[in-house]
Amino acid sequence: MNEEDIQPFAVKDCTLIAIATGIKAQSLREMRDKLADIHLGSIYYHFWGSLLSPRFSEPEFNNDFASWSYHALHDMILAERLAVIDPTHFHNMEDLRQEVIDVIEERLYEIEFVPFAKSSQQFNFVRSQIVVFDTRKRIEKPEELSSTLQNFSSGSIFYHFIDARRRTEKNTDDFREWLNGFGEKYSELSNLIANIDPYFTTLPELRKNLSQLFKHYFNEEK
Amino acid sequence: MAKLESYSDIVGEDVINYLRQLAELLKGKKVVHVNSTMTGGGVAEILTRLVPLMRELGINTEWRVISGTDEFFKCTKDMHNALQGSPIIIPESLFKVYEKTNAENAEKLKNELNSADVVFIHDPQPASLIKFFPQRKGKWIWRCHIDISRPSRYVWKYLRNFVVNYDASVFSIVDFAQRLPHPLYIIPPSIDPLSDKNRDLDKKYVSSVYEKFNIDLKNPVILQVSRFDRFKDPLGVIRSYKLVKNFIPNMQLVLAGGTATDDPEGEIVYEKVKASSGDDPDIHILLLPPDSNTTINALQRGADIILQKSIKEGFGLTVTEAMWKAKPVIGGNVGGIKLQVVNHHTGFLVNTPEGAALRIRYMLHYKNKTEEMGEKAKEFVRRNFLITRHLRDYLTLMVSLIYNIEERIEIK
Repeated sequence: MNEEDIQPFAVKDCTLIAIATGIKAQSLREMRDKLADIHLGSIYYHFWGSLLSPRFSEPEFNNDFASWSYHALHDMILAERLAVIDPTHFHNMEDLRQEVIDVIEERLYEIEFVPFAKSSQQFNFVRSQIVVFDTRKRIEKPEELSSTLQNFSSGSIFYHFIDARRRTEKNTDDFREWLNGFGEKYSELSNLIANIDPYFTTLPELRKNLSQLFKHYFNEEK
Repeated sequence: MAKLESYSDIVGEDVINYLRQLAELLKGKKVVHVNSTMTGGGVAEILTRLVPLMRELGINTEWRVISGTDEFFKCTKDMHNALQGSPIIIPESLFKVYEKTNAENAEKLKNELNSADVVFIHDPQPASLIKFFPQRKGKWIWRCHIDISRPSRYVWKYLRNFVVNYDASVFSIVDFAQRLPHPLYIIPPSIDPLSDKNRDLDKKYVSSVYEKFNIDLKNPVILQVSRFDRFKDPLGVIRSYKLVKNFIPNMQLVLAGGTATDDPEGEIVYEKVKASSGDDPDIHILLLPPDSNTTINALQRGADIILQKSIKEGFGLTVTEAMWKAKPVIGGNVGGIKLQVVNHHTGFLVNTPEGAALRIRYMLHYKNKTEEMGEKAKEFVRRNFLITRHLRDYLTLMVSLIYNIEERIEIK
C-alpha cells in the first residue's frame, strides 16, 4: 500500500457511563461465587474503569478488587496479590476472571475465617457503556504524533491506547495499528510503543510517556 | 438563561461539540421530566437548568410538576424518610392517597406522557404514575435522587412494585442502586456554574449580603446551607459550633436554608433549630425564600468554613456548590458526600459534631493548606460535577435506550 493511500489517524475521545448490576458481595466467599457468573464487562470495568472515573489522588491499588480487599476486608496479603495482576497479560476477560478467582480461592484455603466487610462497604459490581466521540481532528503523518499527542484528552488516550486492545484484531493499540499500515518503516517505533505498560499508571502519565516517546523518536530521526 | 456555547470557556469547546454530536441522535424526540416541586431542593434546581439546555440541543423537552394535597405530601415525605432508612410505618390509607393522587395526575398528563419518546420520573412522589400508562409508547426512566442504600424494606417493597415496570433506573451513586430487572445507571447530579447560585460575584456584593444579615466578616464564619431537614443535622452543626466557640470566641455560625413545598417537616425542624441556638447573637438562622440563589452564592463565597454535616444524603449539591467556589468542605461521611469530599484533598469527612469541630479548628489554623484544598476542590468539580457532564450522561442514557445499545455508542 502506498503511503498516500493510508487513511489519516482519526482522533476520537470517549467517556464511560457506569451501570450497576445490583449484585453485591459482602464476604470473600461471596465475592468468589459472584465473580464466577458476573458479566465480563464488569471484570473489565473493575480493572480499567477507574482510570476514567471521578477520583482524586493516585490510587494505592490499580484494580477495585485489590482496593476492596484492603479497605473493606482489611486483608493486606490478598490485596497485594490481587494488585499485581496485570490485565494486559491475559488474552481475554474470561482468562482474567479466572485468575482473580484463583487468587481468591488460594487465599480462602489459607485462612481460617472468611473475611467479610461492613454492610456499608459491600462490593458493588458495576459494568459500563462507552461513548465514543469524533474530535474531528486528523493526523496525516506519523511525524505529527510528536506535536499532537500532548494535547490528547484523557478520554482520547483511554480510547486509543486501552479500549483499542479489545477492539482491534491483534489486541493492540490504535497507534501501532495505524503505524503498521506503513509497513516496516515504523516497526522500531511500534516496538517502543509496545514496551509501554498501560496498566500501572494513570492516563495523564500515559499521555506524558507516549508524547515523550514520539518526540524522542522523531527528533532523533531528524 | 445561559446558552450552551457560554459553557465552553469553563469546560472547553470539545465538551460542547460532544453534546451536539450525541444530541444529533435525539433530534426532535419528545422528552418529559416529571417531579413534584417547581422550587426548592436539588431536583427542581437541576431541572430548571437542564430542560432549557436539552431544548437548545433540539430535543423537544417539557417539565411537568404533579400536584397533591397535604396528605399526599405527608405520605411521600414519610416514604422519603423510610427509604432513607427511618423506621416509619405508613398506614394503608396514606398509600391509597398516594395512588389516588398519582391517578389524578396521570389523567391530566395522559396524552403528553403516552406520546413521549422518553419520560423521566424523578423520585418516589410520581413513581406510581407508570401504572396508569399501559399504552405508553416511549421509554420510562425512574430517576432516584435519594439515598436508598438501606431502605425500610416494606416501603421499598411497595414502591418496587411500580419501579420494576420502568425501562431503566438512575441512581446518584452505586451504593444506592437496588437490584431491579432493568439497567441501573449511575449518574451523579451536577451544578450549573453559570447559574445565580454559582456564577462569580463581586467581593463588594458578598460583603453587602453579610452586612444585610448583621454578620461581621472580620470574624470567622461557619456556614451550612441546606433545607431545615433533620437528615441535614442542623442541631449537630450547632453542637460543633459550640465546641469550637470555647476556643475561638469570635466564631459565628450561619445556618441558611428554606423549605420546599413537598416537605411538611421543614417548619418543625426550623423551630427546633431556633430553640437550640438559644439567645446566642453569633448564631444566625436565615430562613430564605426559594429565589435567594444569589444570596446563597454570596454567603458561600464569604464563609471561612463550609459544613454539610448530613447524617443521610442523596448527593449533597451544596457540597458541590461550595467546592466550585474553591471552598473545601467538612461533610458528613454519608451518601454522595463521600464521592466529593476526599480527606485532605477537597475537605474532610466527619462522623460526629466533635469530628466537625476538630476539622473546623484545623482549617482555621492551617489557612494555606485550606486554600490549597479549595483549589483542588474546584478542579474536581470542573472535571466531574458540572451540568455539561450531567447532560452528556442523560443524552447517553436516552440514546442507549432508544437505540437499544448494550455496550458501545460510537458516533460517526
